[in-house]
Amino acid sequence: MRCEELAGMVSTTADGVAVDDWRGRRHVETCLRCQAELVRYRRLLRTLRTLRTDLFDPGPGLVADVLASLEEAGERHLLRSLLSGHRVAYVGGLAVATAGAAGALVIASRSRGRRVPLAG
Amino acid sequence: MSETLERSQTLVAAAREGDRGAFEELVRLTSADTYTLAFRLMGDEDDARDVVQEAYLRAYRGISKFRGDARFTTWMYRITANCAVTQLERRKRHRHEELAVDAPLADGSAERDPQARADVSALRDELSQALQELPPRLRAVVVLRDIYDLPHEAIAAELGITATAAKVRLHRARARLRERLFPAPKVTLPTEEVGTCAV
Repeated sequence: MRCEELAGMVSTTADGVAVDDWRGRRHVETCLRCQAELVRYRRLLRTLRTLRTDLFDPGPGLVADVLASLEEAGERHLLRSLLSGHRVAYVGGLAVATAGAAGALVIASRSRGRRVPLAG
Repeated sequence: MSETLERSQTLVAAAREGDRGAFEELVRLTSADTYTLAFRLMGDEDDARDVVQEAYLRAYRGISKFRGDARFTTWMYRITANCAVTQLERRKRHRHEELAVDAPLADGSAERDPQARADVSALRDELSQALQELPPRLRAVVVLRDIYDLPHEAIAAELGITATAAKVRLHRARARLRERLFPAPKVTLPTEEVGTCAV
């Protein structure tokens, strides 16, 4: 088995992940070159994890910019809900008016139908 | 439970109920952390600021759906990663500057001082530099997995790739960082013996 074939496995093993490939595992246990590679990967991962504690300074303006964009988004949302509220009221009013007109027509046509001729 | 975590959970609960002041307080508490991740992913201050702004907007819109299974910061990492991908795609379209995945890293071996390498701080600086020189596609995966400890599945979901692709990219990124920071000693062996070991 070639060490190059196990490069991926060594990188994964350094992460503490159990590897199913028993032949590969056995190879790494007995190969000095792969063990040295494993040590290098472990060191790399340890150093990468130390970067987690870094905090970069975004400068004083970032929070203000974020809050301003939230404010703007909030206002847009409010405006949108107001507009959609007006739209609902308009459509509702139109529906009531249409229903009213239709009702009036029905009543008018019925009363016309019931009219009894007086003469004759 | 730490005081900050408890405070954060209280603020999240209030924000979910529509308290914008609570959300603003969450922004103040977590902005440096979010910016740090954004900067690591983007490698550029202005782009990182845009990503942070977009990430908080998305979080604000989606806070009512945040179930609180994870920490707020972890949720923000995922949103930030997603926004960074969008921003990187936009940048790629506009600037056409993304490096090919297989482009070689700058070789800094000549300037490497063995004494300085022993110094943890110098090593961290060198690693930060090497991370910035990785192509964005590889950098995103190694930053999210090895620095921020996000699971492969979450990384894949936020980057819009499969978990297998995420693992492959992680391996490539680690290999390049390992080669840059801890290069294997050059050993001259007869050709047939190089890299061959019996099981």
